[in-house]
Amino acid sequence: MTIVPFFPRVLRHLGAALFAWAALAPLTGAQAALRVVACEPEWAALTEELAGPLAQVYTATTAQQDPHQVQARPSLLAAVRRADLLVCTGAELEVGWLPLLQRQAANPAIQAGQPGAFEAAAQVSLLEAPTRLDRADGDVHAAGNPHIQTDPRRIAQVATALAKRLAELDAAHAADYARRHADFAQRWQAALARWERSAAPLKGLPIVVQHKGFPYLEQWLGLKEVAALEPKPGVEPSSAHLQAVLTTLQRQPARAILRAAYNDGRGAEWLAERTKLPVVVLPYTVGGSDAAKDLFGLFDDTLARLLKAVQP
Amino acid sequence: MSIFSVLGASRSGRGPLAAALILAVPLALSSAARAADAATAAAPSATAAGQGFNPAVSLILSGGYSQLQRDPASWRLPGFLTGGDVGPGSRGFSLGESELALTANIDPAFYGALYLAASDAGVSVEEAYAQTTALPDGFTLKMGRFLSGLGYLNEQHAHAWTFVDAPLAYQAFLGGQRREDGLQLRWLAPTDLFLELGAEVGSGRTYPGADTARNGAGAWSLFGHTGGDVGANHSWRAGLSLLQAQPRGRASTGVDASGTTVTDAFSGRSRTWGVDAVWKWAPDGNGARRQLTLQGEWLRRSERGTLTHDVDGTAGSANTDAYRSTQSGGYLQAAWRWHPAWQVGLRQDWLRVGHTDAGSNTAALEATRGNPSRSSLLLDWSPSHFSRVRLQLAQDRSRTAALSGTDAGRSDRQLMLQYQMSLGAHGAHGY
Repeated sequence: MTIVPFFPRVLRHLGAALFAWAALAPLTGAQAALRVVACEPEWAALTEELAGPLAQVYTATTAQQDPHQVQARPSLLAAVRRADLLVCTGAELEVGWLPLLQRQAANPAIQAGQPGAFEAAAQVSLLEAPTRLDRADGDVHAAGNPHIQTDPRRIAQVATALAKRLAELDAAHAADYARRHADFAQRWQAALARWERSAAPLKGLPIVVQHKGFPYLEQWLGLKEVAALEPKPGVEPSSAHLQAVLTTLQRQPARAILRAAYNDGRGAEWLAERTKLPVVVLPYTVGGSDAAKDLFGLFDDTLARLLKAVQP
Repeated sequence: MSIFSVLGASRSGRGPLAAALILAVPLALSSAARAADAATAAAPSATAAGQGFNPAVSLILSGGYSQLQRDPASWRLPGFLTGGDVGPGSRGFSLGESELALTANIDPAFYGALYLAASDAGVSVEEAYAQTTALPDGFTLKMGRFLSGLGYLNEQHAHAWTFVDAPLAYQAFLGGQRREDGLQLRWLAPTDLFLELGAEVGSGRTYPGADTARNGAGAWSLFGHTGGDVGANHSWRAGLSLLQAQPRGRASTGVDASGTTVTDAFSGRSRTWGVDAVWKWAPDGNGARRQLTLQGEWLRRSERGTLTHDVDGTAGSANTDAYRSTQSGGYLQAAWRWHPAWQVGLRQDWLRVGHTDAGSNTAALEATRGNPSRSSLLLDWSPSHFSRVRLQLAQDRSRTAALSGTDAGRSDRQLMLQYQMSLGAHGAHGY
């Protein structure tokens, strides 16, 4: 072996240190709780509902960040390295960063196809699946629109699948996950009935959206999307396009402009100034507003903001 | 089990109806399922894993226009033995490298990637490697040809760099960008703080190595990176690298003391240390809208061995003597994105000719005064995630340090306009 004498002493020392560290790693990494990395805050909140103290949850993004365009930062790699479970939206929402984290985090448990990789979008039906895949249509997602967290009925479906996944990964606590899920499902069911009652005045409400990120909310509440400020998904609003939206609104009036907390507000403000329409900044996910502290707060606040905007 | 059995059902031809039925069973058992009405309870869509089993295909098209004040043929870094892909490129319109990438998981244990660069010079293999995905304890092994994990910029593809070209220090010490044919082992620490250690062994055929025509490794390198977040707005990464190569007859074309273009050959040991750091600030961590990036790298190389001056006897006769040099260089750059589509950047490059002892060759080597440096300004317009146009203005003071040869003592004003278009599979860029 000609390589070995070629290596200087420093390399051999470093190698020894590296292996010593690797040997100690299981000791430092000893952890009773399931380590979960949630790609978005809504899935972190859902995991906390379903696992409580049984899981230690790290949230990769905040409500102020655009989940399409997060960077695979060193802190995320360090978190994914030790994760037992990734809970992500999927449907290509995280395509710009999650595959890189999975590839570089040296963690076999969370590779695609493993029980440790959970995709929320794969548990529900998706809207707006494109009939043709062409980037001339913007940053479209092949499987359909990934922003499913604005529909509480879909969240209930994701909860069912996630509770099963948690029980599968942490079989010793399977009964706990089942109990916590039954409790969550009951509270969620009650809240859903309450939300649907209070949202009755919103049915048929014509709206303008910033990004095509609200089809599930629209489907749930029966809102009618008249126009979008982004000319194509993922393309910033241009002044020409905003002008066209203004013309559309003269023909087809709307009642409110919706945008997510992480969107740039300038396009919406420009349009609001000219149309006198209220801009409704929806929390969009847990942490997107002061009131959206958990999943229940998210929908309480979303409905409160929408109802306030349409008050006569 | 539900999602996998559903996919299996629809793929085996029983169709979405069967899939819906299978899904309906576990859902019906759950009280939450009653919340879901018919609109949301349809069969889940398949998770697309590329198309069928075809690898993900992506293509980068690039090209541009350069306005160079001085003839690029006279470009050199006086006092440095250079190699690899260096210099400002050609004048006028040019087609850049078109990069084709094919990537896929090979099986549950391996991931594979091929990056080809097509240009008029032919097709070259940028990267072609297999990488493990299932090794325990944080280890990853890569085999094949890959971009070395040294430094910060080296591992990124050139189209992901902020500036159009490589820093002068990369051109002088790494031949623009260093690829290695061999093995790379990385270990990621199980800590909250990101800590990664890596080692590479390889053929060492690429600069600063050269073909060794022998068994064993021609070059090895070690690197470590650490990094993390400070609050929601700040993130950082820092690293330390060491590269050692054993070139035999490494040819460098330059200018001699009389101004004649000659080729020198170095044999011996080449050792390069590198330090790199990046710090990013984005309000709320939402870098897609506004982001300030500060980055810098510093490289220091020492070479010990023999130099054969003028191997072809162009300016007289070849002469071989002992050669020692210690040289360094680096860059600092700042980039500010103030709008999702717009970014400006400023970069300062410098090199230190340092100490060179070439024995009896000293008088024949190109004499220098001062050190090469360069200042660059960049404007970047990216109307979407897939398209990018950038304009770079630079004042290149490489030849300013020369005392002999064409354009000696002159600086070079450069304008480079470049487009880069990304087709196909959505690329993922690292930090």
